[in-house]
Amino acid sequence: MTRDIAAIVLFAAGVLGLTAVADSGVVLTFVMMALYATLMAQAWNMLGGYGGQFSFGHALFFGTGAYMQAIAQLNLGLNAWVALALAVVAAAGVGLFVGALTFRYGLKGSYFALVTLAFAEVFRILAVSVGFTGGGVGLMLPLQESFANLQFSSRKGYIVLVLGFVVAALLVTAWLRHSRFGAQLQAVRDNEDAARAIGVDPFRVKLGAITLSGGFMGAAGAFYVQVFQYIDPSIGFGPHTSVEALVAAIVGGMGTLWGPVLGALVLHLLADFTRNLFGQLPGLNLVIYGSVLVVIVMFLPRGLSGVGRSVRDAWRARK
Amino acid sequence: MLEFGILFPSVLNGLTTGAVYALIALGLTLIYGVLHIINFAHGASLMVALYAVYGLKQHLGIDPYLALPIVVPGMFVLGYGLQRLIINRASHGRDENILLVTLGISIVLENLALMFFKSDTRSIETPYTLTTVAIGPAMIALPKLVAFAGALVTSSLLLWLVTRTDLGRAIRAVAKEKHGAKLMGIDVDHVYAMCFGIGLACLGAAACFLLPAYYVNPQVGGGFVLVAFTIVVLGGMGSFAGALMGGLLIGVVESVGGLFLGESLGQIGIFVIFIAVLLFRPQGLFGAKA
Amino acid sequence: MTAPLLGLNGLSIAFGGLRAVQGVSLDVMPGTLTALIGPNGAGKTTLFALMSGFLQPDSGSVHFMGADITGRAPHLNARAGMTRTFQIVQPFAAQTVRENIAVGAHLHEPRRAAALAAAEAVAQRVGLASQLDKSAADLTVAGRKRLELARALATKPKLLLLDEVLAGLNPQEIAEMIPVVRAIVDDAADSGVTVLMIEHVMQAVMNLASHVWVLAQGQLIASGTPGEVTSDPKVIEAYLGPGAAARLQGTQLPGTQLPGRDT
Repeated sequence: MTRDIAAIVLFAAGVLGLTAVADSGVVLTFVMMALYATLMAQAWNMLGGYGGQFSFGHALFFGTGAYMQAIAQLNLGLNAWVALALAVVAAAGVGLFVGALTFRYGLKGSYFALVTLAFAEVFRILAVSVGFTGGGVGLMLPLQESFANLQFSSRKGYIVLVLGFVVAALLVTAWLRHSRFGAQLQAVRDNEDAARAIGVDPFRVKLGAITLSGGFMGAAGAFYVQVFQYIDPSIGFGPHTSVEALVAAIVGGMGTLWGPVLGALVLHLLADFTRNLFGQLPGLNLVIYGSVLVVIVMFLPRGLSGVGRSVRDAWRARK
Repeated sequence: MLEFGILFPSVLNGLTTGAVYALIALGLTLIYGVLHIINFAHGASLMVALYAVYGLKQHLGIDPYLALPIVVPGMFVLGYGLQRLIINRASHGRDENILLVTLGISIVLENLALMFFKSDTRSIETPYTLTTVAIGPAMIALPKLVAFAGALVTSSLLLWLVTRTDLGRAIRAVAKEKHGAKLMGIDVDHVYAMCFGIGLACLGAAACFLLPAYYVNPQVGGGFVLVAFTIVVLGGMGSFAGALMGGLLIGVVESVGGLFLGESLGQIGIFVIFIAVLLFRPQGLFGAKA
Repeated sequence: MTAPLLGLNGLSIAFGGLRAVQGVSLDVMPGTLTALIGPNGAGKTTLFALMSGFLQPDSGSVHFMGADITGRAPHLNARAGMTRTFQIVQPFAAQTVRENIAVGAHLHEPRRAAALAAAEAVAQRVGLASQLDKSAADLTVAGRKRLELARALATKPKLLLLDEVLAGLNPQEIAEMIPVVRAIVDDAADSGVTVLMIEHVMQAVMNLASHVWVLAQGQLIASGTPGEVTSDPKVIEAYLGPGAAARLQGTQLPGTQLPGRDT
């Protein structure tokens, strides 16, 4: 655990250092967006990688957090930081609800993936149809830069904010690797019946995982709203968000500490690279993500970090 | 609104849509029943077929119904290739991988369409697009009636294929007992690919029947995917009769639900049914208890 | 007169038309090593599933340590002290041997370091100490069987239900495993675990069990010491078919592996 914490501290220090010295808007935006993607991937990883439950509708939690962040400020007049706390709690609460429903009835595998997709779609349609969510047009946050209002004039402020969440997610993931809860969660992932036979309550651990996962994904949604001052049903609950989260986690390596970080970074580099090459074509991003997903699953199911581990294992075996 | 004059046409329309839904769901059920995989790429594949039919009409002037002999085999080849070359190689023996691969394929297909066709909604015009037929107090669009008939005919063909041909026997053998079938000399990989191909061929037929009365855009697949899944789950995974009944039922529910709740909220009804079935009766109305 | 640790009373379950278990009643006394034998398809694993809560019986009851636990969830039974293993081994393939066993230890030990240490101790007892950092997926069949056993032991069970822990092992491996199983019951430091094992390897049954129950076609057809049971004509006929008892009269050899299982 100490090694993991040390690595996390190093990572945070590195990012902060880079942020402090960087001046280029391009670099800062890249760091911010990469960290944002990382957060989503980490959230998915908690449920998918460590819990073995693949959610295809993770946007459900993202949108909940985002809309809560917007509505709390616009309609309830609450402070942005309070809204943030509410957003995370709301998203975690939705996770708890969906988890309680689906895991109580023993849904797993493809069925679970389908149900999460269905829930995300239901919420999306509701967001379009209901008044206080702004309908299909969405909601806009008025520009008012201040620390208290969680709006920063420079990217650097946002980077520190999202880095805080990413570090928190890293710490939680490290905890999953070194705790009883995490051990039980992974046992349920690897073999649910065997886990039950030795005293693990699958319902309880899965519920815990989806609640954590939902909360962090909600944080990502709330962050999005603060940065872009805008949310609509398609961004909030649409498939683009769900896909981004899961592809990054899988490409980087599910069920690992740094996999989501690696995956988000690589995908973002790829996306930026192709954008420079081909321009901003709608759909191009996702074509790349989808193709990478297919390729990784076909040839590198343990993700990119799996490559590193295979190399390391092979090296150790030589001794 | 419970007036017969309004309800009856709604139900009829629902049935015609439902028949096409059923055809889509049949392909999905076949794939699930034999390969035991949930094909997330089903919706996107339908979209590809719809664009194919659209393209054939816009650029080559081929009527959608006449395009059947082109699109259906074309989709079959696409399906065969996808399964044999990609999906098969990706499984590594784990179901989750297939889930992810079909998801990946659907993402790629949808967004390739977005890239090339933009998100515009397109539809075609044929001499019969606006023709309607009177059935009782209802005026039903002719293309929808043709879709209804066509979907039923295709479904029957599919059933005949599975129950009366050698290929069908092989398919059923593999579905029941893969290893035994292998020992009997059946090329399981080939059968899997054939099933996938047939499943997508059904989509090709569905597209030909759908386009005259409907439209196409890159997102259209997504809309059909969940409906198709709802039907398959409602009817019972792997049950043909269930897929047929389920399709018709869902078509009617959507149509009548739309009457009362408006288009978008009516759609929620379908998803709610879907979630409810998965939670409370996962074997569906006709499936065997797992 | 000590109370039984585990009591089954008229346990029955049917799957569709198949009556897998019919009216089985038996008592397992604490501190014993007993066996459940019977031809393939007799319903032994189904009985284990009923005992441990993986299946709900159609009728009958299961009592553990005096309490009615019929149909209670497996993880609750494990917490109360009943742990089962599986006939087809179920390792946590993505984790190391140490991590696998630690999950079992965590049942009673919330701290990670202590659970890992306990895992190491258990691994020593079953002879897996040299493979603690190996991935469970890399173990041989014999290794996996030991892992299955170790994981169950780590839960500090009062009653251990072993489902064919010797299946798939060659004679050498069986000979190595038998003392391990024996030690579980005998080990004074362990305060004695009660073991009920499903087994086909008669050599092990004769060697280890103080009492044997015989299940055939879902019904209990015999109960007694290994010697009594293996010379019982009903038992012989359950394995070898009608008339076999008469044919075999006088030629019964203890320790012979009865057909129905190829190892």
